[in-house]
Amino acid sequence: MTAPARLRVDFIACDGRGLCAEALPGLITLDDWGFPIVSGQAVPPRLLADARATVRLCPRLALRLEAGR
Amino acid sequence: MTARPRLLVPGPPGLAGHTARYGPPPALPGARQRDALIAEVARAGLTGRGGAGFPTARKLAAVAGGYAPVVVANGTEGEPASAKDRVLMASSPHLVLDGAVLAAEAVGAAKAVIVVHRDVRAIIGEAVAERARARVDPVRLEVRTAAEGFVAGQASAVVQWVQRGIPAPTATPPRLAQRGLRGAPTLVQNVETLAHFALIARHGASWFRSAGTPAEPGSMLVTVLGAVREPGVREVAIGTPVGQLVDLAGGPSEPLRALLLGGYFGTWVDAAEALARPFSSAGLADLGAGPGAGLIAALPVGARGLSETARLVRYLAGESAGQCGPCVFGLPAIAGLLERLAEGRGADLGQLRRWLGQVDGRGGCAHPDGAVRLVRSALRTFGAELPVPPGGRR
Repeated sequence: MTAPARLRVDFIACDGRGLCAEALPGLITLDDWGFPIVSGQAVPPRLLADARATVRLCPRLALRLEAGR
Repeated sequence: MTARPRLLVPGPPGLAGHTARYGPPPALPGARQRDALIAEVARAGLTGRGGAGFPTARKLAAVAGGYAPVVVANGTEGEPASAKDRVLMASSPHLVLDGAVLAAEAVGAAKAVIVVHRDVRAIIGEAVAERARARVDPVRLEVRTAAEGFVAGQASAVVQWVQRGIPAPTATPPRLAQRGLRGAPTLVQNVETLAHFALIARHGASWFRSAGTPAEPGSMLVTVLGAVREPGVREVAIGTPVGQLVDLAGGPSEPLRALLLGGYFGTWVDAAEALARPFSSAGLADLGAGPGAGLIAALPVGARGLSETARLVRYLAGESAGQCGPCVFGLPAIAGLLERLAEGRGADLGQLRRWLGQVDGRGGCAHPDGAVRLVRSALRTFGAELPVPPGGRR
């Protein structure tokens, strides 16, 4: 059993390119200005691989998957 | 506390006058004494006086475990309505410097950087020079003039300002206690916190706890301004009723409608509701308010709360460090809607609430969160000023 993981955005790095919301629509939506809103919930196990792939996709390296506390 | 101030003790200037007022600081010759001082601060229950209220001993302990740490004394006072840090540094510069030196010794730092508002740069510079001539300090003191601007006082912004000349917050993690100024474990403490620290080092935890409440011990500096007869900075025991603080500031200059508690980031509270409350976290919690950086702004009955809030939010929008999208785009949008509401032009309250939700908690620092808290409290407190929509419900 691994610790639950949560998505987190580094808003200082984020530029609002929006790739993450396209790649992971189930967990990431965009606000009215195009910046990602991530679910604060633990990423469900079935979406973990997709979440990791999305983290790697961010051109600004602004998306992280953090071990839940 | 009005009878016996701790921090704002009047007396002659200079190091000799300081020692006459407060007594000499204790020597910390070894690791045992340094650890004992951190334990004493923990027993005292000292918390940060810059607004966040974090337990000081925990920050000290976190940094003390690191390799070659550094101390930063934060006298930026970016909150434009606050004056308490400047008053303290002008009145008791050596007490702040004692605190910075003792904190550096306690965590094993060889250097403390004193970042000061430009209004008191000369006073602190002179005090540091006097200490250097007297060779009283076992650590090096460096003075830097603080950047101006609301977010410049945020801890990571102070560190980035000292290191790179950029007064903007940096991303967490890493925490400053792990990797701060030039990669060193860094203790950033507000100057008032350091002054209390210097007194705890002299007189101990029991003395410190003899003022304030058991849960929130000690005294604090409070800036009172707005519709009061004698605006200014007062030192009071934590938990002093808000009404008594207003009286210490000469009393209301007009009947009061509401009080802004905590700062520009603070919370509007109906005056009748606020005046009887203790000025403490516990005393204000159920109002959604807190002492913050020690600020009380009084709004008279004739003033319009929504207009005042719109002005504050427009200011806060302009003070964004410009790094995070939700803050850069959201705060001006929210300010615009508030201005429309305040002017009685049509504005969509649902839209406003949605944008507040889209900005809250979505920045690299607490700047957007603070603005959201302010607006939400204004909607609660000044609901009577909101336009009544055709449906009849606000």
